[in-house]
Amino acid sequence: MTRRTPAASAPRATRAARKGHGERRAPHLFLLPAVALFLLFFALPIGYALYLSLRSVRVQGLGLGSGARREVWAGLSNYADALTDPELASGALRVLGYGLIVVPVMLGLALVFALMLDADRVRGRSVARLGIFLPYAVPGVIAALLWGFLYLPDVSPFHFVLAEAGLPRPDLLDGGPLYGALANIAVWGGTGFNMIVIYTSLRAIPPEIHEAARLDGCSQVQIALRIKIPMVAPSLVLTFFFSVIATLQVFSEPTTLKPLTNGVSTTWSPLMKVYQDAFVKGDVHAAAAGAVVIAVVTLVLSFGFLKAVGSRTRQGESR
Amino acid sequence: MTATAPTLSPAPTGAAPTPRAPRRTALVPTAVLALGTLYCLLPVAWVLVAATKSGRELFSTFTFLPGTGLTDNLADLSAYRDGVYWRWMANSALYAGLGALLSTAVSALAGHALAVYRFRGRETVFNVLLTGVLMPPVILAVPQYLLLAEAGLADTHLSVLLPQILSPYGVYLARVHADAAVPADVIEAGRMDGAGEWRIFRTLALPMMLPGLVTVFLFQFVAVWNNFLLPYIMLGDDEKFPITVGLFTLLQQGAGTPALYTLVITGALLAIVPLIAVFLVIQRFWSLDLLSGAVKS
Repeated sequence: MTRRTPAASAPRATRAARKGHGERRAPHLFLLPAVALFLLFFALPIGYALYLSLRSVRVQGLGLGSGARREVWAGLSNYADALTDPELASGALRVLGYGLIVVPVMLGLALVFALMLDADRVRGRSVARLGIFLPYAVPGVIAALLWGFLYLPDVSPFHFVLAEAGLPRPDLLDGGPLYGALANIAVWGGTGFNMIVIYTSLRAIPPEIHEAARLDGCSQVQIALRIKIPMVAPSLVLTFFFSVIATLQVFSEPTTLKPLTNGVSTTWSPLMKVYQDAFVKGDVHAAAAGAVVIAVVTLVLSFGFLKAVGSRTRQGESR
Repeated sequence: MTATAPTLSPAPTGAAPTPRAPRRTALVPTAVLALGTLYCLLPVAWVLVAATKSGRELFSTFTFLPGTGLTDNLADLSAYRDGVYWRWMANSALYAGLGALLSTAVSALAGHALAVYRFRGRETVFNVLLTGVLMPPVILAVPQYLLLAEAGLADTHLSVLLPQILSPYGVYLARVHADAAVPADVIEAGRMDGAGEWRIFRTLALPMMLPGLVTVFLFQFVAVWNNFLLPYIMLGDDEKFPITVGLFTLLQQGAGTPALYTLVITGALLAIVPLIAVFLVIQRFWSLDLLSGAVKS
């Protein structure tokens, strides 16, 4: 396919001169809605969050009457509070533990399923592809609700089977097992989408490469390990990157499980703490500082990873 | 040793395939995929069965044994607070349907502009729009609420709809598809025929981008339908809740009263049916691969 190069030849140049005006203005008009929405709903809120995080409310006297509560510049004190807040810190630790289960298990399963879909002589390929992908269509809240009931001793089939077998029944909604229970919900919901991303790039590998390796006597496993996995490395990096961003911001799953168990506190994840600050305590300044800290940590971690692996993911963007 | 010998001996003479027979099923991959499918369908199968049980059966009969209460459960759910459940479904359909439609339009325009035209700052605009993908929703949602509250729009349908129209990933997908599907000579030929830029977009580029735009629509539809954080923060009036927030509040009330469990379970089933049906129907003429930005050439 040939790319258009403006004013490449003389006739084109005169035509461009004749119609150039509309042609020059058009892309800006076409981009206008996207850029306007970006400024209003992405750039402005981020700027506002930064502004709020540097302010605080000073209460005078008993805080009664008008003028008793004044907004003042607070410098970095909100950040100092956020960084030394034990609740936020322990929430961060919990989410770190949770993420250490979710990300490797989810991406490991996604890679294995993608390789199996790509293997020869597989039966039921399209059923499996759709079946494993299906949880993507289930909202996180409803996924948490379904699994929550499956964990609940009164209703759970696992508990039923264990009880019939006379085995001890672990409480899946508290302590250590809670991490596994929450991680399972994220793994269930996210594996399919990542599998599709990896499978798509597997299918982009020219078949001649497998064929050559097979003629050289490589087994299926060797082909997978030595050829397929290295060739889909960019899409693995990309799925890892987005999984980390999503995992660190976990909110709806623990929030949904909260009514079912005392094991989940109102500040279980850092994001839940921000919600508490903003809407229960009504301190938007602390909430804004907390949100900025979470965002910065998320971006530093994910970009740090990208840098560490010497990313090739920007390939697709610069065309 | 002697016991195993008779069972082994018929193998080579029987219907055993030659090592490279093309028809033989590969057992390990097939088994792994079957297990994965079972795991993914388990909760869906459970909710399908559990929704048929009456409140008493839910706690007394084996989990995967169908019950007799489906019609009662549906009637109870519809009657709950004057049918507020169906209100939530309608709200979700509105947020996701209209939101995805507007998002697709915005993405199509932007993708077309970025793929077809050359102008100063093109890559900068594209990269800045893409950074939106990386912005954690948390840093957006709280200030978005405060700003919309300033504008008097908090707790309205618009407060959920507006922030979700721009989808950076949608713009990316639309650009990739416009790049691959709209040949430069077609645009050029349109100009030679004297068509204006808007007409070229409408009548030439748009039909060619359509398969990609279906993908943008589906992606955004699912994203809005599944969103919980934004409507949870924006809305206070439960008449405006989408299904995710509605079911969550139902669960919150129901946690203490097991009598409400059946309502929550039936509600969960009905909430996942539409999206699953959409995917089952649409996969006949639309490929899942398109979601990851794959382009057919």
